Amino acid sequence: MSDVAIGGGQPLRDLVPGGQPLPDAGAAAEAGIVGRRSVVRRLLRQRSAVVGLVLLGFLLLVALLADVLATHDPIQVLLGVEPGMRPRTPPCIHLLGCAPDQAQHILGSDGNGRDEYSRLLFGTRVSLFVGFVTVFGAILIGTVIGAVAGYAGGRTDNILMRLMDMLLAFPALLLALVIVTVLGKGLINAMIAVAIVSIPIYARVMRAAVLSVRELDYVTAARAMGDSSVGILLRRVIPNSLTPLIVQATLGIGGAVLEVAALSFLGLAAQPPTAEWGTMIGNERNQLFTAPWLIIAPGIALTITVLAFNLLGDGLRDALDPRLSQ
Amino acid sequence: MIQFILRRLLISIPVVFGVVFIVFVLSRIVPGDPCAAALGERANPRSCEAFNARIGLDKPIMPFLIKDGTSYGFTGDPSSVANNQFVVYLSALAGGDLGTSVKHGRPVTQLLFERMPTTIELTFYALLFAIIVGVGLGIIAASRHNSKRDVLSMMFANLGVSIPVFVLGLMLAYLFGVLLKDTFFSLPPSGRLTSGLRPQSIAQVWGLTDLTGPPRGILDFVSNMYTINGLVTGQFGLLVDALRHLILPAIALGTIPMAIIARMTRSSLLDVLGREDVRTAEAKGLRPRVVLLPHGLRNALLPVVTVIGLSVASLLSGAVLTETIFGLTGIGLTVFESISARDYVVIQGLALLVALIYVVVNLITDVSYGFLDPRVRVT
Repeated sequence: MSDVAIGGGQPLRDLVPGGQPLPDAGAAAEAGIVGRRSVVRRLLRQRSAVVGLVLLGFLLLVALLADVLATHDPIQVLLGVEPGMRPRTPPCIHLLGCAPDQAQHILGSDGNGRDEYSRLLFGTRVSLFVGFVTVFGAILIGTVIGAVAGYAGGRTDNILMRLMDMLLAFPALLLALVIVTVLGKGLINAMIAVAIVSIPIYARVMRAAVLSVRELDYVTAARAMGDSSVGILLRRVIPNSLTPLIVQATLGIGGAVLEVAALSFLGLAAQPPTAEWGTMIGNERNQLFTAPWLIIAPGIALTITVLAFNLLGDGLRDALDPRLSQ
Repeated sequence: MIQFILRRLLISIPVVFGVVFIVFVLSRIVPGDPCAAALGERANPRSCEAFNARIGLDKPIMPFLIKDGTSYGFTGDPSSVANNQFVVYLSALAGGDLGTSVKHGRPVTQLLFERMPTTIELTFYALLFAIIVGVGLGIIAASRHNSKRDVLSMMFANLGVSIPVFVLGLMLAYLFGVLLKDTFFSLPPSGRLTSGLRPQSIAQVWGLTDLTGPPRGILDFVSNMYTINGLVTGQFGLLVDALRHLILPAIALGTIPMAIIARMTRSSLLDVLGREDVRTAEAKGLRPRVVLLPHGLRNALLPVVTVIGLSVASLLSGAVLTETIFGLTGIGLTVFESISARDYVVIQGLALLVALIYVVVNLITDVSYGFLDPRVRVT
């Protein structure tokens, strides 16, 4: 059943079957002990992981070099600043035969006369930031809940996991929508909402991993040597449960990017003039028939980003799960 | 087995209660004054006092918890245990009352009843697309493991799971509504029916217009699913037009589940094909197609069925985006509209409804797990 958790985005979260621990958490936790070098080698043998890594490297490079690669300020409105500037001018590249007396805009301009290409580049920064920070926040809270539940067991476990069940009882995007309504519009609030929505995934992964590691000999040994519960949890259990968490997080980043972009598209997350892909598509969606490039370009960028994390996550899972490596 | 189903049902009860509670709490911590939102310019201290008393907002929120203006406080009044907003909310809920929409001025249940058929129809065709294409693609991929066909199908599935619903929807609308306009492949990019086409309800066609009460309600509900309406009443123009309008939204919404089903079918089919009974069938000299379909697929489809059940959830999420893009007045578009209009009563009702659908679907999926895999029943 390990494939239930494949893919990113809403399906990832919504497809965690009710009440079942994620299946390969335990096996992957054991694989984590195998050693890092062989994992890297196995990872590089996965075709999907290599493609994912290359795409991700490219995106990171674009995000880092956005200032250098951009031709214009992504936020500046060029109407009235640049001669002949109109809203939604089509792409104009001099090398490809665009008239030299026209200003060069590689992907044209958006409805407010901003350079679309520069906005696209800076959007990479926003999306990667959103993905990493949101998932990091969700992991931080989710692992604590999962670790406590798995390690304490009994009533604590029951209460915490029933709470997680309640969060999982809402479809991801819908719960995020409701939380953003309560918190108010904005990128940070949307990130908080998406993080809250994905906490249960990490709590479940962590709990399953802790349950499988808890009874291993070296944990028993640590306990026999008088190590405190918290000490065992921090020094023994958590480090050895990281592997399934990393796989889940990689897939989760793609999902977080997707969900925040969807909220932006609906006008609830990043607000203009922020260069965010979902907002860029949402603002121009009624211009589909007159200026399709303003939707297609950020749409492709968004798809590539999510694809990169999904491919890498799939590759990581295959590389770390010893059962699949034969 | 019955014991297993009963246990799962019992576990669902606290979750349902928790969902009701979460929705209630979220609706009470929403910023803004409900009175000002409802009465608009007519809101003043006196009218607000009357308004709050009428809908019970002057009562404590929960036992011992009061809200005074914007600040929360505790009360020692023991009568607040039985007489508070949560109790009022629960008793209204038990009577099937989800409140009244501020924007539409109508009961939320009525609004849901009207708009639900659109969403049901959309989800049905999206799931149909996902299952047919997904299972087909999975079989194609698994029948020649590691071949070009396999790699291509899985690349397609990877792309399908990564493309945002709203990007795919807009691109489909552009391709079929603009680029292919005036060709044979042209499809309408928005709406449920061509404007000007007025569907007759089933009651009208069958001459049951004097029917009233719940039977009429059910009949009108079904009439609102235009493809069923067109089929049973023989309005084939309606059927074709409704189907043409549903193709693009259904593909946009169904692509993510399609990709997941394709991957699941492939991996589970590969799993089964490696088993001994299948190898025996091969050794007996059965043709590959006979081995693949009856022997392989029947066993491999069990986990796929479960994934299909779980996909309903992602369809409900995606419906918000799909309906917004294609201008379909269903539950999803209503969620979006209500958030824009700050119509919290509707959001509250919809969130509750969707969560309950979700819990039921999860329950059915869990139970089907039990049917398919006896080991689950004991855990």
